[in-house]
Amino acid sequence: MNPYIANTESEIQKMLSAVGAKSIDDLFVDIKPAQRPKSFDLPTGKSEMEVVEHIRRLSAKNRNDLILFIGGGYYDHYVPAAVSALISRAEFYTAYTPYQPECSQGTLQALYEYQSSICGLTGMEVANASIYDGGTALYEAVMMAIRITGRKRIIMDGGVSPIYRTILRTYTSNLDIEFVEAPVAHGQADRAEIAKQLDDKTAAVILQNPNFFGTIDDHADIMSQAHKKGILVIASVYPIALALLKTPGEMGADIVTGEGQSLGLSLNFGGPYLGFMATRKEFIRKMPGRIVAETTDAAGRRCFVNTLQAREQHIRREKATSNICTNVSLCAVQASMFMTLLGKQGLRQLAQLNLDKAEYCRQLLEKIPGVKVKRSNPTFNEFTVHLNKDASKVIEDMIAKGFAAGFPLGRYYKGMENYMIVAVTEKRTREEIELYAKSLNEVLNS
Amino acid sequence: MKLIFEKSVSGRRSFEIPVSDVGIKSEIAAKYLRQESAPLPEVTELEVVRHYTQLSRRNYCIDTNFYPLGSCTMKYNPKFTEKVAAFAGMADLHPLLPQLRRGETLAQGALEVLYEMEKILCEITGMDHYTMQPLAGAHGELTGVMMMAAYHKAKGNNKKYILVPDSAHGTNPATAAIAGYEIITIPSNDKGVMDLVQLKANLSPEVAGLMITNPNTVGIFDSDIDQIAQMVHSVDGLMYYDGANLNAILGRCRPGDMGFDVMHLNVHKTFSTPHGGGGPGAGPVGVNKKLAKYLPISRVVKRDDGVFALDYDYPDSIGYVASLYGNFALLLRAYAYILILGKEGLIEASNHAVLNANYLMAKLKKNFDLPFDRICMHEVVLSASRQAARGVHAIDIAKYLIDQNVHPPTVYFPLTVKEAIMIEPTENESKQTLDEFIALMLEADKLSQSDPESFHSFPKTMPVSRPDEVKAARELNTNYFQRLSSSSAKKVKETVSF
Repeated sequence: MNPYIANTESEIQKMLSAVGAKSIDDLFVDIKPAQRPKSFDLPTGKSEMEVVEHIRRLSAKNRNDLILFIGGGYYDHYVPAAVSALISRAEFYTAYTPYQPECSQGTLQALYEYQSSICGLTGMEVANASIYDGGTALYEAVMMAIRITGRKRIIMDGGVSPIYRTILRTYTSNLDIEFVEAPVAHGQADRAEIAKQLDDKTAAVILQNPNFFGTIDDHADIMSQAHKKGILVIASVYPIALALLKTPGEMGADIVTGEGQSLGLSLNFGGPYLGFMATRKEFIRKMPGRIVAETTDAAGRRCFVNTLQAREQHIRREKATSNICTNVSLCAVQASMFMTLLGKQGLRQLAQLNLDKAEYCRQLLEKIPGVKVKRSNPTFNEFTVHLNKDASKVIEDMIAKGFAAGFPLGRYYKGMENYMIVAVTEKRTREEIELYAKSLNEVLNS
Repeated sequence: MKLIFEKSVSGRRSFEIPVSDVGIKSEIAAKYLRQESAPLPEVTELEVVRHYTQLSRRNYCIDTNFYPLGSCTMKYNPKFTEKVAAFAGMADLHPLLPQLRRGETLAQGALEVLYEMEKILCEITGMDHYTMQPLAGAHGELTGVMMMAAYHKAKGNNKKYILVPDSAHGTNPATAAIAGYEIITIPSNDKGVMDLVQLKANLSPEVAGLMITNPNTVGIFDSDIDQIAQMVHSVDGLMYYDGANLNAILGRCRPGDMGFDVMHLNVHKTFSTPHGGGGPGAGPVGVNKKLAKYLPISRVVKRDDGVFALDYDYPDSIGYVASLYGNFALLLRAYAYILILGKEGLIEASNHAVLNANYLMAKLKKNFDLPFDRICMHEVVLSASRQAARGVHAIDIAKYLIDQNVHPPTVYFPLTVKEAIMIEPTENESKQTLDEFIALMLEADKLSQSDPESFHSFPKTMPVSRPDEVKAARELNTNYFQRLSSSSAKKVKETVSF
């Protein structure tokens, strides 16, 4: 039975008679008998209480009790209660795309503020109202760079998330796009290697900061070299780190994307997350996705609307800048709530606390025989360590001690089987970090 | 209403960051640091809460208003699905855990949800396999078309075109174009369905496939679908089903049985996950045996020992279409919703969605033009041509409805109907709600005769009236901090609060 149906038997009869049908089956007359389902073998419905209990049991089979030192692009940050409470307002989550701006000013203004904060954080001039996630945002940035330059060659730094690089190859397999990977040197972008690849057929260079190994870099030199050849620079960034780090805008990036999960979204086993995208004002018409702009109504009152819709699929169809329709509006609003609540000082302090805790952890790990911390440039809240054993095996042994100890680089980088990346967020206490180091010592040396 | 940035006061604090317990302060060399702090607001928690609560009151939503937005299936989002999605075992689960060595054991509950969802969706739609990765309907379309491309590439087929009906959602042609195909648009006939003569005329060995919704966007089920599938298959084209309108046919027919090779569905439509003011959605993609080996990786499998695991060993796979395993928290809500409804509840959903739409059509067709006077499915498309002749257009009727506390139907879509008003009531609405809506529509028609001029000032009851969209596109004020540096900044008048 469907508990969310309103009409009673007598109402159904009245409605059928208004329609001129004898039964509901009559309304499906266009579906011919031969077109009926060959099978529709599904369980009978359950009560809410039973379903909640079933999912509670499934939930208990997941190991969310592990102490997380694993990152890899997805971080265990604290979500303030006010963010959770506000985003739970049905006025935000049960509305749809603001097609009618007069009765959607709440969502529209929230998105305008989100765009502004993303611009402030990245040092860019314009941002869209979101893309699905960090990986798909990077794909959209690549397509945008190809549209702008009319070129079809992309250089990817080896420090860009290997997950993202795999996605890019998937999307472009049917398109005539050439991808070149520039291997990293000592955990950071190899200037000579990238310089060799820059040519006048290249549309864009993709860089990530901090990169997948956790390394912080100033890519301004690479960017200015690229610009000399008319090549755009796409920067993939970690928004919490940006509270402290030199912005991609300051370095000269043309398109900035990133994974916004850290901005107040739960880990949720992979989604929904938030892809953000920002660029220079001159490229706004080439940017995909919804964009909210401020304007005025007839009485001169400030209001907000979706703008430049002529770029989008519902108007432009096969000539659209992207096929994106639904984005992740609610996640963008949630991220905006998070940035607003933490504010100018708070986000900086949060970033500093991540930095300090990671540094403390790094210092403890360095003292363990068999552990070498690999680092040339500074790191933020994640860093790479070399172990005297296979990292996958070490991580598996650490699970028995209650830790998700890191992510093994061998999974995506051949020859790096003894390396792992370790993430330390503000949620890790001194006690947890010390116990982690002690446990790792036991696993490696006993 | 003021922007949060305009409420900011230097030095004001909100959320307290814990004091460091590690006793060290790490410093990064200045050349790696930003020059100035990010210009985020400085406000108290109370100010943040008031700001967003006030913003929320400027939105219509399902929980406050009838929301018959055609093509979007704005059904009620049951509250318990929010509760199960918030269970810590689900919400706080790190996505990379199952990628660790023997890591699948750390996420058995979550993997079981994904595995079970695949089985359930296969049975509902008659497909053989699903991927849960696509993050929205349009993203699912792209995934599907990429698999079609992989199929043709493997067979050495030389394919250039994707056929799309003129009534299609804009995402269909946009997707096919982005995947590298050229588009051929097939016109509809006077009955509102695909013109088979036109289809035949455009079929050639270079056709990669056809993308179609059934029921289509005018709310009509195309009974010729078997024949269409045969025609497309005869040139080794593939049939793509856009699952946007699946809510009309649950238990009545299945895309797999109709001859479709690949499809996506929108869990935020048929399976009731919240629309979120424009996402997040989720767009699982189903395929039949022809396309199974091209599905994205990872795939969730159940091993012989009963353990659920991620499997990457599919050499013909198109690869990753998303970073992880899809919008898990939404798939979980959809799973919970399907379990509550069960077989009979799903069938009832379609029954009542279709009954409600037909009831609206029966009551409105005297006063509004009906482009296709025949039984509709889950949505009805009217035309405001008659009212437009009096100077009252579809958009004016939409704005009238806003003042009557109803979210307007979709207007000006599908493009094949002039002055289209596309109404999708969903199965959750009662006869009373529909009767109230009918009365409003009839009142609007009456007013269009007695005082057409009055429509131009609607809506009057909202915090703002119709926005100047031309100005928005001309000035492109999309970022508060840019506006500060431009000269137009001072001209903006503060909104009067109500």
